Amino acid sequence: MLTVAALGQPELSARLRGPGLRLRTGPFISCIRSSVPALGPALERMYGDYPVLDNDIPADFDVLLRRPRGLRRLVKPQVFFHYDGMEPFQPLPLAQLYPMFEWAMNWCVSSHAHSWLVIHAAVVEKEGKAVILPAPPGSGKSTLCAALVARGWRLLSDELTLVRLDDGRIDPVPRPVSLKNASIDVIRAWAPQAHLSTPVADTMKGTVAHMRPPRESVVRADEPASPAWIVFPQWRAGASAELVPVPQARAHLRVAENAFNYSLLGAAGFTTAARLVDATRTFDFSYGALDDAMAVFERLLAERR
Amino acid sequence: MTGLPLLTRVLRDPPAMARLGAPEWELLLRQAVAADLGATLALLAQEHGLLQALPPRVQRRLDWECRGWQRHGQAVRFELRQVQHALRTTGLPLILLKGTAYVAAGLPAAAGRLFNDVDILVPKDRLNEVEGLLMAHGWASSHHDAYDQRYYREWMHELPPMQHMRRGTAIDVHHAILPETARVRPDPALLRAGARALPGQPGLHVLAPCDMVLHSATHLFSEGEYGHGLRDLFDLHRLLCHFGAEEPGFWTALAQRARELELSRPLFYALRYCMRVLGTPVPVATVAAAEGGRPNLALLALMDALFLRALRPMHPSCAGTLTPVSDGMLFIRGNWLRMPPLMLSRHLFRKAFLTSGNVKSDQV
Repeated sequence: MLTVAALGQPELSARLRGPGLRLRTGPFISCIRSSVPALGPALERMYGDYPVLDNDIPADFDVLLRRPRGLRRLVKPQVFFHYDGMEPFQPLPLAQLYPMFEWAMNWCVSSHAHSWLVIHAAVVEKEGKAVILPAPPGSGKSTLCAALVARGWRLLSDELTLVRLDDGRIDPVPRPVSLKNASIDVIRAWAPQAHLSTPVADTMKGTVAHMRPPRESVVRADEPASPAWIVFPQWRAGASAELVPVPQARAHLRVAENAFNYSLLGAAGFTTAARLVDATRTFDFSYGALDDAMAVFERLLAERR
Repeated sequence: MTGLPLLTRVLRDPPAMARLGAPEWELLLRQAVAADLGATLALLAQEHGLLQALPPRVQRRLDWECRGWQRHGQAVRFELRQVQHALRTTGLPLILLKGTAYVAAGLPAAAGRLFNDVDILVPKDRLNEVEGLLMAHGWASSHHDAYDQRYYREWMHELPPMQHMRRGTAIDVHHAILPETARVRPDPALLRAGARALPGQPGLHVLAPCDMVLHSATHLFSEGEYGHGLRDLFDLHRLLCHFGAEEPGFWTALAQRARELELSRPLFYALRYCMRVLGTPVPVATVAAAEGGRPNLALLALMDALFLRALRPMHPSCAGTLTPVSDGMLFIRGNWLRMPPLMLSRHLFRKAFLTSGNVKSDQV
């Protein structure tokens, strides 16, 4: 299968400028166009292993990143995101091109993909069993996700957990893991072999860098996983690793709060969340050190063997 | 008909969907979603028994659109019950307009139709009472600026839009279908008198078939913004097809009713562009009877040029070099029809230079 890396930089840039790069991420195909030259090299670094499709395969999402025309670009360069002629976001400074691309790709899925209950949560898998990590920003969800992935858990997603409406299994949509502020250095120290994008300062989420997913996660993007745990993480300096069971009803409500389309799906959203909570053990998890956290997740896994 | 955009060709002839290849499907879906007709396309495919034969990815995309629409319908019906409850003591029939009416009446025009506001029509002398009751039940006026308040209350045909404080849902309370300051002001008493009760839904009413069509036409052809032009034209197409088949005497009554309401011009445009763009089967006699609304040759040539552009899907693939000019002229026309020139220039001056903060906060 043709990949971004195999395409090579000149062809990659030509597609981005011209008919669009048809990039497959899990179940989705995005047609990506860009008049900003820097996007090509960024995609080559972060998406090298991802499949590229022919121009006649219909895409689900139409993503255009462009620089405005006119003099303003010389004074205060910006980048605009267009989705099929709409502008869902305000433009951002040009330096934030790559984070904006990632946010745009998340937005495409979270606001359209209603064949799944889409939960704002990281999800990783080992031995066929998935652990879902829903959490508000700042709780250390992505850090924990990146740390687990660096220790051999398969990345399904760090932002979007796709729970099928028909059988409750989780479809992977692996993409680079977003790291913020202090967690960038934490992961650098934790996994020196991991490939991180250049940090971008002063975004609306602070300083942001992305970790490239391991090749194995990308190659296995068609393999669904069965949910086994929902863990609501909360990082606190100096805290010891502790799992506290969350009652089912409360876990259901918290899943609903973290889902993008729970209300839109109506009864299907309710039954999918209920089945998910039925099929999983649900915990609040506080931790202060990644080593302790790894041990806890390995123990959870051993208990299910 | 090869000059028509793909989406328009499919709306004219839904079975043509079965013959589309993969690249055409991508374009069609993109045009449909941009025109707010994604769910409509899904339901058309279903209605014509084509859905199961479509490529799996296309079916999946159409299913996404449909789910949003189903939830929307549920929310509208819930909201209607809340409005009805809030206004139960008025003893007024709750007359629904536009999308809300199509949904409540279960008309084919509701299939796939999405909209933001619940629209109701009440007598002008009961506005205060209705507004007070809505406020007591959690709706609040969204325009606080003194000028905006005056703009709506003295000049427009509706209260400033109200939004529910907890649900965020919006309601537009109309007392007429065109502004007080417009050149043409159809008598709302005639519309209210003709309204029909919805069977099985006590208290809910919708405009009579001819009036519903004329309101839809008036709305579309006196607007200044055409982001939903094709969708609104398709509403008209479906209303005309439905009432033409189901409502005895509809085609003969339509032009006469338009004259009574001083709405012959919008009716003329509605029939002309429905037939031209969507191939609506309008009887020859009805077309002849609506000739009274025909503008002079020069004006008609201009309107053809403007409307035939504005009624294309709002998608980059359908925009021509003159589209921005044409959109700009329609915007000016829409405002021109709203108020007399002096008043309009004062209004636009104020909006452009004095209350720019308001305009911005509206857009957020």
